[in-house]
Amino acid sequence: MDYDKLIAPAAKAMRPSGIRKFFDLAAEMPECISLGVGEPDFKTPWAVREAGIESLEHGRTRYTSNAGLKELRAEISRYLERRMNLRYDPMRQILVTVGGSEAIDMCIRTLVKPGDEVIIPEPCFVCYEPITTLSGGVPVHVACRQEDEFRLRAEALKAAITPKTKLVIMPFPNNPTGAVMEREDLEAVAEVLRGTDIMVLSDEIYAELNYGLRPHVSIATLPGMAERTIVVNGFSKSYAMTGWRLGYACGPEAVIKIMTKIHQSAIMSAPTTSQYAAITALKECDGEIDRMRDEYNMRRRLVVRSFNDMGLTCFEPRGAFYAFPCIKSTGMSSQEFCTKLLEQKHVAIIPGDAFGASGEGYCRVSYAYSVEHLTEALKRIREFLVENNIYHGN
Amino acid sequence: MEQLLKILENNARLPVEDIATMLNKSPAEVAAMMDLARAQGIIKGYKTLVDWEKAKVNRVEAVIELNVSPKKSRGFDEIAATIAAFDEVESVLLMSGGYDLQLVIKGQTFQEIALFVAKRLSPLDDVLSTATHFVLRTYKKEGRLYQDEEIDERECTVL
Repeated sequence: MDYDKLIAPAAKAMRPSGIRKFFDLAAEMPECISLGVGEPDFKTPWAVREAGIESLEHGRTRYTSNAGLKELRAEISRYLERRMNLRYDPMRQILVTVGGSEAIDMCIRTLVKPGDEVIIPEPCFVCYEPITTLSGGVPVHVACRQEDEFRLRAEALKAAITPKTKLVIMPFPNNPTGAVMEREDLEAVAEVLRGTDIMVLSDEIYAELNYGLRPHVSIATLPGMAERTIVVNGFSKSYAMTGWRLGYACGPEAVIKIMTKIHQSAIMSAPTTSQYAAITALKECDGEIDRMRDEYNMRRRLVVRSFNDMGLTCFEPRGAFYAFPCIKSTGMSSQEFCTKLLEQKHVAIIPGDAFGASGEGYCRVSYAYSVEHLTEALKRIREFLVENNIYHGN
Repeated sequence: MEQLLKILENNARLPVEDIATMLNKSPAEVAAMMDLARAQGIIKGYKTLVDWEKAKVNRVEAVIELNVSPKKSRGFDEIAATIAAFDEVESVLLMSGGYDLQLVIKGQTFQEIALFVAKRLSPLDDVLSTATHFVLRTYKKEGRLYQDEEIDERECTVL
């Protein structure tokens, strides 16, 4: 059979990850010390794991309602009000999904029709573009720059808007840069969007991991924005629950209703065990979130200072668990730098261009590791710079 | 101070400069805090966790449950202090529940510990009874795994 002809053109046209080769190389190097992951090193809080086990012991192993357990949606609603100042009706405005990823997928599929333009600030998480393309949408990239602390500037957004613009992705706090949008930045963006028919997908999966002096602000809390915003969040990053695959989307009833319809056909319902566990996470684990955030914050300071000391300027990330040092001073491309570092010192970090063309000249370094692990990896990176005559030590 | 102590409890060998960065303080400030904590007896010392089995050095450890008769004026303090003075005694804890004091004793052989209990501990006037439990294997100690180290199964990803 000629599978090449059988496979749908849009699926075939999806861009393969540009750094597959790099990952394969890293996977073949067992002694490699990695700073390349995108998930917490903490285990899911015990109370949450126990709640999952208990639900299994009680035989709660069937489908839940399509939108998710009522009790879970009610807890999500309370949580969002308590910690994010967001108000959503649990019965009509919340959909429980298989991770934040599914919420993003459902949202884009619900809103984007062929020819619609989707504005995607870069560098960013890699899934927005392929899902947009699969829906027949046209990704429009807007580069966020280091001199703007990798924030989306309202002028840049304005310049990218055309009559075909349907959706703006707001991926903050940002993977891979660690950038956050402060209230003023969001207000400027909101000002551009108010009075238009443009919707916003605000991916706030890292909202709890915010290290600034001011708390995270959701764009949906700004005047006139709730009606045009779908907030995506989940349990993976803040509760260290990546493997449980549980997230949610909140927004205007009319949009959530259609998203739920697609979710019903594609997924049926999010994993039941995870949903029961998540109820406990929301009820009992605010303290755990804070504990993990404090720990990340200490590591963040250590990693950022180390890169700046090595002469690789590192913008101060205020969110997520990534640093995004600039490697332009080495004269190498991101891929070249990361490949050589992997080959010579067996340290894996991710080339910035994996997150979009504007990530070239940078690398993503995850600090979701123990301090001992980070210290060893940073020591090797320093040696790498010295041995390649890039850095001569203080 | 609490955060500093937590960092040191987990790894006392981190350079002061790194600890200072993690706490958003200057190295001088952190050094001063550590000196103060040491002087005030908050920090009792810095030791190394050694897996003696792996180092192939003979070490035997035992937990001893003691029932003692407390004194009218000083309660358990006097006998606890007497026992704590023995070099073989690694720790002395006053317990709630079925017995009074729990000791951890270290020696090179089982016999050495048995002799210590028979000849030095039991004859003490205030010691009413002892129950000695030898440690057969250490799986985890001071928060560190001793047998199977955990493997990081997370993969490199752009997620």
